[in-house]
Amino acid sequence: MTKYISIKNNQTIPLQDIPVLKYEDFLEHNTSLLKEEHNHCMSYFGFPQGGKLKLICCMANDKEHTINISSSVINADSTLPSFTQHHLSFHIFEREIHENYGVKYSDHQWLKPVRFSFNRADKNSQIKNYPFYQIESEELHEVGVGPIHAGVIEPGHFRFICNGEQILHLEIQLGFQHRGIEKLFLEKKKLLQRTTLAENIAGDTVAGHTTAFVNLWENLCGFKADDDLQFSRTLALELERIAIHTGDLSAICTDIAYQLGSSVFGRLRTPVINYFQVWCGNRLAKGLIRAGKNNFPFTKELGEQLIHLFNEYEPDFKEMYDEFKTLPSVLARLEKTGVVTREQASSIGTVGMSAKMSGIVRDIRTTHPHDLYSQLHHEPIIKNHSDVYSRTQIRKKEILQSIDYLKTLLKNIPNENKNRQELKSPSPNSFAVSLTEGWRGEICHCAITDEKGELLHYKVKDPSMHNWLAVALAVRNNEISDFPICNKSFDLSYCGHDL
Amino acid sequence: MLENIKILYHQGKQYIPDVSTAKVPGIFRGRPIISNAKIDEQALVDLCPTGAIQKNPLSIDLGKCTFCGECAFASPDKIKFTSDFKISANEREQLIIKEGDDKHIQLNPELIRKEISKYFSGSLKLRQVSAGGDNSCELELNACGNVNFDMGRFGIEFVASPRHADGIVITGPISENMAEPLQICYDATPKPKILILAGTDAISGGIFSDSPAINRSFLSKYKIDLYVPGNPIHPLTFINGILDLIRKRK
Repeated sequence: MTKYISIKNNQTIPLQDIPVLKYEDFLEHNTSLLKEEHNHCMSYFGFPQGGKLKLICCMANDKEHTINISSSVINADSTLPSFTQHHLSFHIFEREIHENYGVKYSDHQWLKPVRFSFNRADKNSQIKNYPFYQIESEELHEVGVGPIHAGVIEPGHFRFICNGEQILHLEIQLGFQHRGIEKLFLEKKKLLQRTTLAENIAGDTVAGHTTAFVNLWENLCGFKADDDLQFSRTLALELERIAIHTGDLSAICTDIAYQLGSSVFGRLRTPVINYFQVWCGNRLAKGLIRAGKNNFPFTKELGEQLIHLFNEYEPDFKEMYDEFKTLPSVLARLEKTGVVTREQASSIGTVGMSAKMSGIVRDIRTTHPHDLYSQLHHEPIIKNHSDVYSRTQIRKKEILQSIDYLKTLLKNIPNENKNRQELKSPSPNSFAVSLTEGWRGEICHCAITDEKGELLHYKVKDPSMHNWLAVALAVRNNEISDFPICNKSFDLSYCGHDL
Repeated sequence: MLENIKILYHQGKQYIPDVSTAKVPGIFRGRPIISNAKIDEQALVDLCPTGAIQKNPLSIDLGKCTFCGECAFASPDKIKFTSDFKISANEREQLIIKEGDDKHIQLNPELIRKEISKYFSGSLKLRQVSAGGDNSCELELNACGNVNFDMGRFGIEFVASPRHADGIVITGPISENMAEPLQICYDATPKPKILILAGTDAISGGIFSDSPAINRSFLSKYKIDLYVPGNPIHPLTFINGILDLIRKRK
């Protein structure tokens, strides 16, 4: 009996083609896959089906460039052995299943609320009564930060247990940003409304999430994206990476009180996001990416403006970065700060920069390429020290790499297809999955349709789902004064996690 | 040290000299103009993702608009978005642009409380609360303080504690899970204080307006001093809106 179905990124299959396993076999199959590091869990979720709960697990195989999907049907009130007991990377997904549907796990070590979603199973579980981990001791003290932070950022609560200035433990409580996005995907019936929702999952990853959505939607509708559509999406993803990475370098400088770096990187981001405005009328690319069409065709003139932008950006960027990396006062703050070991990063299933900082090659652009990435033959930037400095270096190198990619792409701007195929309605009884590599890492959207082709379930996974635990581990044994720089070096999404 | 000075020299002047007359690059979608052309109005009403378009006469509510521009693509003769970024208002009705309207949006001086210009015209410290915001308005509020927009030159700054603040800037549709922290923050801010809603999500809930996960009851309790539309807000919309608010006198 087959235990799974193997598909490619952006593929739609009949829902019934996903093998349904007994829960014990389902557990055994998926957890044993993780003995190999080229496998990891992309998404694992449940959805109600005929009074029962269907669990669907999507495992990426980075070597074969495939996604293995298997499922199991259970009663929502059952008590099950957990995947987490075998591999920690499942912890967040099982917590989510527990929170949303009330499934109990007999041996999950950390079965705590994820985001206090409005439709959670246990309404007595309240965000103000989060069960924080505590240590009884006369020497230790607790520090609570948030949910509202000192800067202009999103809310989340951080609870530190410290020994003097040293952090022993950090627990991160999220959920403050929960807006019920997954439910709204089902309730809002117009495509434009759903696209707007995708743009609002995380406003700093508009290109990432919207590309994941439109690729999935087009696939579900049997639409093959023309070259010019794929071109625009690839361009937008890389531009977004350049813009946000540059802004993050500025923020890292701010957190170590290096004023010049903060100002220069901050102002270098401005022309990049202004370019989005020149192209599509919005500095963060809202409105740019649409399923089955492109309101803002990319022209030769736009290409020339972008080359001009890079010609001005690169020397200023390199001059600033070269100075930044030679300053002892900078390096002293970044090196060996906020280390997550390779073993930790691998065991919690990190993705994106949080994986690449510790030698784990995990990048959808290489392993599950979409749009024009198969032409670019992307080589992920890998670092091994897993500290704040590694994450800083990855940003710098990815910026320069993205500029190179864009220059390559701009040599061959595809013409707008004026005779586009029409977008049909989604195929019924189907399952579709779409992966993109946003600047933060792997974004995964899954959709399930009913017999009429209506959305039955929509699942969004932001890379932050995997990576928040990495922040908590990174700060252990660091001074509490290094927390801001550790947090910023990951720059994870609150709203992408809380949905 | 020398290297630092060299970089400073190479950067030159980066600030926008006059934020009130600056031109935004490209095809920015700011205040729309709706012509008298006869078209199928119902089609536009149906098209809008957030119900910002109403008919008889055709109008666009900038407090609900996501500025996606789809209506202007569907009906270019009827709707045109101009690059006028000065779209902040202190009356909710001012944000509703009707057929034939083509005048700048200006704050209603009658509605500006007198303590605002008395206490805040030279210095305004703001506390920002993201209540379900998607980090786009938050990025743009941060950009207000960068070397390009340099809001600090007008004495306007974001501060780290409500105790130091003269007012609160809310972004996001106000999630249920943020309703209580927002209230606590507001209560901790000393009087007199102002309340600003930044972005479509904050003003109307935007695409989330009918989500069961949001709770906007906070807004019914207090007077809103400034509405800053946008998805996200443009830094120039925000800065000009605030300058008008604190400098205008009855």
